[in-house]
Amino acid sequence: MFKGVAVDSDVLRLDASFIDYAILASYFAVVLGIGVLARRQVSSSIDFFLSGRSLPAWVTGLAFVSANLGAIEIMGMSANGAQYGMPTMHYFWIGAVPAMLFLAVVMMPFYYGSKVRSVPEFMLRRFGPAAHLVNAVSFALAQVLIAGVNLYLLGTIVNVLLGWPLWLSLIVAAAIVLVYTTLGGLSAAIYNEVLQFFVIVAALLPLTLAGLHKVGGWEGLKEKVAASPGGAEQLSAWPGNELSGFSNNFLSVVGIIFGLGFVLSFGYWTTNFVEVQRAMASKSMSAARRTPVIGAFPKLFIPFIVVIPGMIAAVSVQEMIQYKGDGSGNVTYNDALLLLMRDLLPNGLLGLAITGLLAAFMAGMAANISAFNTVFSYDIWQTYVVKDRPDGYYLKVGRWVTIIATVAAIFTALIASGYSNLMDYLQQLFSFFNAPLFATFILGMFWKRMTPTAGWVGLVVGTSSAVFVFILSETEVISLQGQGASFLAAGVAFVADIVVSVLVTMVTAPKPETELRGLVYSLTPKADLSENRTGDEAVWYRSTPMLVGVAAVLTVALNIIFF
Amino acid sequence: MAQVQKTTTAGAFDIRSIIGGLIGLYGVVLVVMGLWFTDDSEIARADGINLNLRVGIGLLVFAAIMVAWVVLRPLRVPAEDTPDDAKPVAG
Repeated sequence: MFKGVAVDSDVLRLDASFIDYAILASYFAVVLGIGVLARRQVSSSIDFFLSGRSLPAWVTGLAFVSANLGAIEIMGMSANGAQYGMPTMHYFWIGAVPAMLFLAVVMMPFYYGSKVRSVPEFMLRRFGPAAHLVNAVSFALAQVLIAGVNLYLLGTIVNVLLGWPLWLSLIVAAAIVLVYTTLGGLSAAIYNEVLQFFVIVAALLPLTLAGLHKVGGWEGLKEKVAASPGGAEQLSAWPGNELSGFSNNFLSVVGIIFGLGFVLSFGYWTTNFVEVQRAMASKSMSAARRTPVIGAFPKLFIPFIVVIPGMIAAVSVQEMIQYKGDGSGNVTYNDALLLLMRDLLPNGLLGLAITGLLAAFMAGMAANISAFNTVFSYDIWQTYVVKDRPDGYYLKVGRWVTIIATVAAIFTALIASGYSNLMDYLQQLFSFFNAPLFATFILGMFWKRMTPTAGWVGLVVGTSSAVFVFILSETEVISLQGQGASFLAAGVAFVADIVVSVLVTMVTAPKPETELRGLVYSLTPKADLSENRTGDEAVWYRSTPMLVGVAAVLTVALNIIFF
Repeated sequence: MAQVQKTTTAGAFDIRSIIGGLIGLYGVVLVVMGLWFTDDSEIARADGINLNLRVGIGLLVFAAIMVAWVVLRPLRVPAEDTPDDAKPVAG
């Protein structure tokens, strides 16, 4: 069998054997088989499954986390762990979890109570067509760019498994996703999301434990990281200067809390179509609010099997040590997890790990492509470009759009391949698209006077100012290492959006109050927003405030332990 | 559920059965690999631990729990479609 490190550019070669491919094949056989079966079966039970009407809440919660745990999180966060160490934990404990709790407590009652089915639809009803169009276009663009990240990661795996050049791997991977999307459909996706969660944990948990054993346990890891180029500061989460790029401790903490914690994460978790829709499909207000909270619990502990392996790779894998030392060699931080897998896992378990990763990337890209498809065909094409054609026409448009989006993703994957740490890239995208959207949302929800014009102008100005900050940082007018530029761009976009929205509102006409019921806080009766738990849901452990409280205490505790 | 509803079990479509089945299959494969097909160099790579065997056993235990859960608390699916449930209800 082929062993070790190749001499050419393919430094990274996983030593997969027949059994690894068999494990991989059986996974996709199960997922696709279920997809095909589900289509043929009587609809009632499947219907029930898709809408999640009486699914136990742990499944909706897992699907909620899984939809985001995908590819990006696993590779991106382990890359971050390898590069920055413990400050990466902020993405989970300052970023994601508080935002998920906020979604449950503050935002979900509006989404669920106003009966909209998607985030762009909320924009349409609150601000009218102009803001809706801006939101739809920027969302569609973001999806193609993020699909590129998923495709790039998928291509990387094909590349390390088979040794094909990246461009060929990308095209093959894109073709596989096309087949998977058309064959499996939505039902396969739902099963996949929940299944993938378990497969990934089954692969990453042993990887982490074996890795820790190898570097001499937690103490050994601490010693090695402290002795590495990263130094001891990579062992504590705060102040995270390296991550934020601010050398001043105080500014760094502010940057992380406001930029990452508040604007970026709240923006991502509360306005992201894919995430929010999972919760909106729940059977009751109470279940809708519980979904993100239940998702928050696994989210708190995922970093231990994602970030820690990245840190282990940075101090135990030969190529990573070299790369972190002087930036030489043919690897990047994105390879950290794959390199660790190569060094530790025997055939068999290796197959399981590859399966988990591939499943995550495919699911991620399929979700991006189908979200793009929906928004483009219905929110843009049907609403603004070619109206009033029969349904069949839009179905056909949808099919072409899927193919075009997949091809476009091959090109955006090439953009993604230019980043040595994909999280840097993703946070940039989020600062362009999610940060201004969050500002417009939060203002529109709590200020009834905010006008439709302010809705779209705010979004445009917010996004442009984030792009402007990005250009300034690229041309090194302002120099921020790490992800500080994205935190700053997000902060600037948020503030610019708010300021411009307020100014524009002063000089334009608001919507009549009667049209805003259920969309604005002060115009919505309290009863519409509260959860009314009856029957099965009345038990104490299904109380949202109680669950939120427990999650909040755990979050604070983790932040203190790893201070 | 307060009122009596006509229900049927979800059976094979219960996601817990699928999780249990697939994870169980992987458990068996890994145990077999660990017992007979993991060579010494692979064990040495992981610092002397037979990862396949240990993880395989872990997966089997997990799969058993899932299956036991399905058997003990079968999922009840409303036999007839009740579309009203699917839509958010305004208060």
